[in-house]
Amino acid sequence: MDVLYFAWVRERIGLPKEAVETEAATVSELVEELKAREERYAVAFGDLSALRVAVDQELTDFDASIRGAREVAFFPPMTGG
Amino acid sequence: MRILVQSEPFDLGDEAKKFASGHNNMGAIVTFTGVVRDLARGDLDCMEIEHYPGMTERALEKIAREALARWSLGDVLVIHRHGPLAPGDMIMMVATAAPHRKDAFEAAEYLMDYLKSRAPFWKKEISRDGADWVAAKDEDEDALTRW
Repeated sequence: MDVLYFAWVRERIGLPKEAVETEAATVSELVEELKAREERYAVAFGDLSALRVAVDQELTDFDASIRGAREVAFFPPMTGG
Repeated sequence: MRILVQSEPFDLGDEAKKFASGHNNMGAIVTFTGVVRDLARGDLDCMEIEHYPGMTERALEKIAREALARWSLGDVLVIHRHGPLAPGDMIMMVATAAPHRKDAFEAAEYLMDYLKSRAPFWKKEISRDGADWVAAKDEDEDALTRW
């Protein structure tokens, strides 16, 4: 699946998008896998209360299933308008 | 319903006139415009607006559909820009058309409240002292509870 990062999450991880092969069943499991990769992921995902997640472009929470998902995106709370 | 996500500027007068002219049976047209505000220090060089192409349009459509279902409205327009903007530039506008003003005002406020914290836009303020992502405010999240 594609994993996307926006705003300061993108800056901390250092890329906007990457293809990830994973067996993770939920967003939380995916986050744990990413955190284990490298320090910059551990830093970006250090405080999940400061993050939001969308699965296939729908806002959801960290318990959500990602089975069959094409796209998971992580970003800070939105500031439109 | 018309949803536009674009980097180009828009002309508020033209858009409002075009929106109003299509609705002869609507007694009330409300428009709201968001403008890039300078920092308290007065040294904002640029505001960079990032968004999530694809999800942005879906999220705005969902919010607009919800407004159309909740109020007696003839139409909804949302224009939101992204990319680098200067102080004083227009960031976005919403317009609502309704037979009566109460519906038009309330729906416009609803659109703005949801757009602020449910549409995937992020603002970064760039000044000579550096660049800072604008933090979401608790009061913006709290504003949703009244709906």
